[in-house]
Amino acid sequence: MRTTTNLKDRSQLRQKQMIAAHYSRLARSPQTGERNVYTFVPGNLTELVRNFDLLPVLPEINALQSSMRGKSKDYIGLAEKLGHSEDVCTYVKCDVGMMKSGNVGPTGERLPDPNLLLLSYTGCFTFMKWFELLRQEYKAPTVMLHVPYQADGVITDAMRQYIVAQLKKKVIPALEKASGKKFDIDKLREQLRLSAKAEDDLVWVLQSAKHKPSPIDAYFGGVYYIGPIFSAFRGTQDAVDYYRELREEVQERLDLKLGPMTPSGVIEREKFRVVVEGPPNWTSFNEFWRMFSDEGAVIVASTYTKVGGTYDFGYRHDPDHPLESLADYCLGCYTNFNLPTRVDMLVKYMEEYDADGLLVHSVKSCNSFSAGQLVMLGEVERRTGRPVGFLESDLVDPRYFSAANIKNRLESYFQMVAQKRAGAHA
Amino acid sequence: MSKAEIGALIERCDELYRDLRLDSVRAWKERHGALAIGYLPIWAPRELVHAHGCLPVGVMGGGDGVEIIKGDAFYQSYICHLPRSTIELALNGSYDPLDGMLFPAICDVIRNLSGIWKMQFPGKLARYLDVPQDFDPEVGGVFLRTELEGLSRDLEQRGARRYDPESLRRSLALYNTNRRALTELYELRRNEPWKVPTWELYLLMRAGLVLPVEEHNVLLDLYRRGVEDDLERRPLDQARVLLTGSFCEQPPLGLIKTLERAGCYIVDDDFVQVGRWFTRDVPLCGDPLEQLVTTFLLHSMGSPTRYDEQDTKGADLVQRVADSRAEGVLFCAPSFCDPALLDQPMTVKAIEEHGIPYTSFKYSENTGQFQVIREQAGTFADSIKLFSEAVNE
Repeated sequence: MRTTTNLKDRSQLRQKQMIAAHYSRLARSPQTGERNVYTFVPGNLTELVRNFDLLPVLPEINALQSSMRGKSKDYIGLAEKLGHSEDVCTYVKCDVGMMKSGNVGPTGERLPDPNLLLLSYTGCFTFMKWFELLRQEYKAPTVMLHVPYQADGVITDAMRQYIVAQLKKKVIPALEKASGKKFDIDKLREQLRLSAKAEDDLVWVLQSAKHKPSPIDAYFGGVYYIGPIFSAFRGTQDAVDYYRELREEVQERLDLKLGPMTPSGVIEREKFRVVVEGPPNWTSFNEFWRMFSDEGAVIVASTYTKVGGTYDFGYRHDPDHPLESLADYCLGCYTNFNLPTRVDMLVKYMEEYDADGLLVHSVKSCNSFSAGQLVMLGEVERRTGRPVGFLESDLVDPRYFSAANIKNRLESYFQMVAQKRAGAHA
Repeated sequence: MSKAEIGALIERCDELYRDLRLDSVRAWKERHGALAIGYLPIWAPRELVHAHGCLPVGVMGGGDGVEIIKGDAFYQSYICHLPRSTIELALNGSYDPLDGMLFPAICDVIRNLSGIWKMQFPGKLARYLDVPQDFDPEVGGVFLRTELEGLSRDLEQRGARRYDPESLRRSLALYNTNRRALTELYELRRNEPWKVPTWELYLLMRAGLVLPVEEHNVLLDLYRRGVEDDLERRPLDQARVLLTGSFCEQPPLGLIKTLERAGCYIVDDDFVQVGRWFTRDVPLCGDPLEQLVTTFLLHSMGSPTRYDEQDTKGADLVQRVADSRAEGVLFCAPSFCDPALLDQPMTVKAIEEHGIPYTSFKYSENTGQFQVIREQAGTFADSIKLFSEAVNE
């Protein structure tokens, strides 16, 4: 039971305008002379990039945007024709196909070639290959930032100092060269202050899902909420304003005891509360979301919304320790956590958000996420005693999204949760 | 060394290759009462492990010798095969003699396997070897040294001999000898491939993963002298090929034999790279740990697992083709191997630009049917020979 209007939240509209303006600015950059840096979402150094008045371009975002606009199939097909293996990440192939098709971005305008490839090698091996491939195509200067893996679940001083040394010796000089501007640490401190403000509000929004009913969907809705902070806007006043408005909007929903807005309208009766591990499918994003909302299922916490930074355990960008704080940010992106830490996080989410169960959405493209998920699933079930389920598809390759199969599995899963709940009450 | 003695030597290597229960390691532990530390491909600081009095043991999965029962329950269908058989062998007790396992930074699958190991085998040492992708001694070097010092501490806490620079220097010298012996065999194969069939060389390298380095050095020397003197090993009309892509999950031995039977002389390859990872000796002067770090940073082989800072991977492969006088390239990668398959379009481009013939196929470590690959490799070898003859006419 839900309202049938397919309205977008105010914040969603605001975000759409922000992103459109950014793409438009990028498209006009050959005329305006603005320069850009291609980089990745996990471990993105947006404040640092913008410290030099450079514009960030995020190929993963381009790939998922292409997918949501139905273009990824052709782009992937083109990359495979050019010799890219069917076995590898479809984000990469979608991006390569987009580049080979004229590099037209989500707003229908051509994106500029990179002035610098900032290879933030954080939590994903494929990133390294991706930018080696782009470097070969664009002949662009490339700078590597290697972020060590949190293999033992802790950040050591050696890891932090290794990153800081790379920032000082490699990354900042490369950004200075690409922009022709000097690094301004006072400006960076101010940017980080703005980042922390926005992060406070984002965390408040994500944690609002602890309420019953939850006013948000922390996975499908969550990907909209993380949009500005994970992409081009962290450290800007725009991001601060966006997250303030989002927070007010969610507060209104809480006051009215409203459920989350979905593609089919507002969920009026929250029947299931679920935690989800893994990225969403982008090719059938709304269809996938409806499979949950039609069942009255609300996702109250997700790990994907931590892939560009984990803020809900207390980390904030710190203007008093700017470079160290950037290092800690990079180290704390979700896929940079070892598996035991990921399991602990999921168990914590299950308990703190009072979830009925865990669903893993495993994507073929992303071994960083997927390798080990079956073990994680078993471990979370063992520790919480709550039902777990497993779904498979892909990020942006529509050939791997089998709607009937996923719907069947989801229906069975929710039946199982309902039975278990009924059993507990008997 | 007689033909029979060479045969016996290779037969012993074959037994070690098939010794998935690590009986030779169990026997070594009984004799020495020391730790055995496993490591996955591609590079591990074996010298340091050895200097602590431990036996470094290379783990390369189960090949085609183990039925996967539990391992498949750990991984989705789109993940490569090596971690399945590795976990299978660990769960069925084959890796019981290993007191710890090192997981080099190869890819996300091996990285995450380190976490699975921590959860499945909490009593064992499970250490991810995070090697730097920044090769500046003052940046990446400082980090790698800290990593190696951490490994040293872990080994000592498990009862290994305390770190001692002199001991590390002795280990470096032994592994320098080992690397030189392998390099000489690669050279001999390049010059006279009929003397050193790749399947034999491969088994010799695999034996080096489980034998103490001192013993392996003797074995390599015996083999080289034996085949150099063997006049019955005579040239055949085969095509010279370079094989690339098989650096982590290894092809089954049958596939290597198939390629040779199909008319290929493999004159360069990526197999078992740990034995040849450094491109020069580790200097024995000064601080040995620092020398190990610096050699890793500045004198390692190029690899798809390593950031190609100077964008030379294509040129490097073309150079390897020239150095080995290969007439064609076999891109031979495991299915779902991200490093190999993501790299391939870049190296293929360089090969195409230089007009070098190539063909590509995929395998998994337990591939059992070689007919299709045999036909493909045979046709490729024939086309090279025909093309070369046409050019030479």
